[in-house]
Amino acid sequence: MNAILLTAIWGIIMMFGGVFFKSKSTPKYWAIAGLVIIIISNCLELTSGEAFFAIDSNNMLSFNSFNLTFITVALVSTLLFFLLSGSDIEKVGDNVSEYFALIFFVLCGVCLSATYNTLLILFLGIEIMSIPLYILTGADKRNLKSNEAALKYFLMGAFSTGIMLMGIAFVYGGNSAGTFFINDINMGEGKMPVLIAIGMVFMLIAMSFKVSAAPFHFWTPDVYEGAPTVFTSFMATIVKIAGFMAFIRLFENSFGKVHGQWQLLIAVITAATLFIGNLTAVFQQSVKRMLAYSSIAQAGFMLLAVFALNDTAKEGLVLYAAAYSLATIGLFAILIKMYDYTIDGFNGLAKNEPVLAVTATIFLLSLTGIPLTAGFQSKFLMLIAALRDGHQHWLVLWAVICAAVSAYYYFKIIQAMFFKEAGQDVKEHGSIAAGSVITIGFKALLIFTAILLILLGLFPFLLTEWLHY
Amino acid sequence: MFGNDITIPHLLIFFPLVAGLITFFIRKESSVKAWSLLSVILTLIISIASLYYRNDRALSGLNFNYQWIKYMGASISLSLDGMGRLLTFLTAFSFPVIFIASYRNVYKNTNVFYGLLLLAQAGLMGVFLSSDALLFYFFWELALIPVYFLCSYWGGEKRIAATFKFFIYTFTGSLFLLVGIIYVYLQTGGTPFSDHSFSLQAFRAVVLSSAQQNFLFWLFFVAFAVKMPIFPFHTWQPDTYEQAPTSVTMVLSGVMVKMGVFGVIRWLLPIFPLAVAKFDNVVIGLSVIGMIYASLIAIKQDDLKRLVAYSSIAHIGLMCAAIFSVQSIALEGVMIQMFSHGINIIGLWIVIELIEKQLGTRKISQLGGLAHKAPVLTILLVVIVFANIALPLTNAFVGEFMMFGGLFRFNIWYAAFAGVSIVLAAVYTLNMVQKVFYGATNSITESMKEISLNEKLVLILLVVLIFIAGVYPQPFFELTKDSVATITARFK
Repeated sequence: MNAILLTAIWGIIMMFGGVFFKSKSTPKYWAIAGLVIIIISNCLELTSGEAFFAIDSNNMLSFNSFNLTFITVALVSTLLFFLLSGSDIEKVGDNVSEYFALIFFVLCGVCLSATYNTLLILFLGIEIMSIPLYILTGADKRNLKSNEAALKYFLMGAFSTGIMLMGIAFVYGGNSAGTFFINDINMGEGKMPVLIAIGMVFMLIAMSFKVSAAPFHFWTPDVYEGAPTVFTSFMATIVKIAGFMAFIRLFENSFGKVHGQWQLLIAVITAATLFIGNLTAVFQQSVKRMLAYSSIAQAGFMLLAVFALNDTAKEGLVLYAAAYSLATIGLFAILIKMYDYTIDGFNGLAKNEPVLAVTATIFLLSLTGIPLTAGFQSKFLMLIAALRDGHQHWLVLWAVICAAVSAYYYFKIIQAMFFKEAGQDVKEHGSIAAGSVITIGFKALLIFTAILLILLGLFPFLLTEWLHY
Repeated sequence: MFGNDITIPHLLIFFPLVAGLITFFIRKESSVKAWSLLSVILTLIISIASLYYRNDRALSGLNFNYQWIKYMGASISLSLDGMGRLLTFLTAFSFPVIFIASYRNVYKNTNVFYGLLLLAQAGLMGVFLSSDALLFYFFWELALIPVYFLCSYWGGEKRIAATFKFFIYTFTGSLFLLVGIIYVYLQTGGTPFSDHSFSLQAFRAVVLSSAQQNFLFWLFFVAFAVKMPIFPFHTWQPDTYEQAPTSVTMVLSGVMVKMGVFGVIRWLLPIFPLAVAKFDNVVIGLSVIGMIYASLIAIKQDDLKRLVAYSSIAHIGLMCAAIFSVQSIALEGVMIQMFSHGINIIGLWIVIELIEKQLGTRKISQLGGLAHKAPVLTILLVVIVFANIALPLTNAFVGEFMMFGGLFRFNIWYAAFAGVSIVLAAVYTLNMVQKVFYGATNSITESMKEISLNEKLVLILLVVLIFIAGVYPQPFFELTKDSVATITARFK
């Protein structure tokens, strides 16, 4: 409850603060300070189980260690995002404090969609999360591509919202209790009534859209590429994992007992997502676009949690969310500083900026799932979860084959950084863009993120034991 | 976190690991070399100590357990059995040899080069020591990463593509292994803290149906077969050996391929006995095909490195075939041959590197008459070459003889076909010796000089070992008796 209220309040503070902030860099410090306060209050709620404000939500929200740990992961990732890329947010445009305000509103939506107990709050959460994102995508007002991406995202998003609403209506009308509460929809183990089944499929489509699962992923590469890179970083990580949180909560609580009836559908979606994400990423020349496809591929792995729907899966999803977000935020933070966004732009980076190259390597190894990194532990938990489920073993084999493909494109960047000579263009301009400064603090933060990934890779229980609080 | 006392298995892993991490931060080139040489020699001393450490009380000190991820039943458990001792000794022994042989070589970023080599050593030690499946998988992958960087950064012209092929092959194989490990894990019994367990004992105790074993067998086998490599998973190997810097090739071919052989013996045979009995013909058939195929290709090679690479495929193929015959005599042969093959092939690489360093080429067609210029080198090489084709008195004779004995008992036809590869081995190796070392010198080989003292010493050391193991192999059998007995007991 703390996080929901405070993110909303801090968003408003940031919004009106824009009038009073004199310097362009002031909003960043306010945002970081606010986020630290929110994280602390959320952790206090996680350890004590008591919120600062006793507000009766009529059971429309539920707070348990799983939800709260997940919110902590999302908030800490955002903090890291602010620290690493905060100064790049300032470069997007003039309305800096509004960008931060919008991000806080998104975070409020993230918290809602992690804790909802009724379909109404789910809808609110998803919308509060999405609408500020449409604005952020179009934040670079004079860039045609940014405008195009925003419009595309908005139209597609509106469409999927419509489908979700329709699904909610079907489920509401179809269940005998006539309720929006996700636990009460749970209809026993018999065959699903037709109305509920239709509603479920509609909601599955809408959720697949939000987490960019195939075949509803087409907006992702264009939107991620068109949006200002800083906001792509935020969208591809925190927003995406929040979508998964909403996804797994809905399907576990409402449709958990009829798991067997829709499992094959999810399995097919998962397999398609893994296939399309990984295969298309192989052919990308732009790292930004490649990371967009990589986010689809990683979503495929996270879908294994929805597929398996057991305790290991939930544990794995939290770890996956952390591992994926940390690595991707780190990579984007480096990418933003680059002069050239293509893979060739990374040529010879190890010579010019060894710290950036080494940390980027660790992020990439984590995304590939090499042992000693958090990425391995999370993929490992996902595979255990899927195999423990005992059905559709082919999906697990398919997932590891796709993971092997992912090594191909992640390692292309490693090869460029370490083993290739910088081209003429990069030699003239340098690897780093003219306006960007690589400060010692930035390097230290990257190293800190890399160490965090390795620590989680060695001792995953540092994070997952919070789930058992 | 390490319990009450630090035992030998710890030291074998953590000493190279820490030494390697320190190496990254040493600036001066000469101190990097001195430091890394010192640390591998210390590792060797620790390993020699482990060979003599065998009374019962001390043995329990060799096994060590630390709960790592408690609720999943994963532990950092290390143990040293006979086979582990032998292979850790091989690892510990080959690194000083490699370092001394390449002491004069100049590498850019020396500190990173040696640091990565030491990390690879730590990873290899971990593979041979872990008796927990998850830990084994950790080290299995971790040994690969430093080698990937070593080959891609310091290798030859086509290094990036060749190494990448190697990486993708092994990584894909490893992922299948991971799925296999998880599947078996989910069938194991629990520990006080968890539902299942990753420990080797639990894996051996698990009861799997014949159908389960059949597909798990292949998940495990592919990973090991890529590493060894076994036909048809071998295509990465000649390219990688050719492109990698020679000291890394030595690590790859001398020690790293043993990971695959070791994996089969430690993690495949005891866990899937039914599937082994079912697929033994397939695997031995593939191995024998690979042996003859690789030997035939080796005859046509002009590049010395590629020749040795193909010859290595043939030798490993024989080991794999011998393992799957599951005869105790063959397994004993495999044990000693794992060590002998490591020594012999490192010797060959050293000689090739010496020639290439002096003359700038390793094409057989461009060489000739080296015996006139470098007689000592030639004598030492001829001994190593004899060991490579397993003549009596050399170490490889003992191993190959026993492996053929086992294969013969299993099926006479396999032994006969595999025997052809011995003849072929003689053809390509002796042909190579004749063309490179005898005959008239030419404009390129005119400039050849005799090798320096430390190079001589290293080669003499290897030659002495070749003879010792060839004449008196008893200590090796004593050392690995327990490992062989454990395996054969599963197949009674």
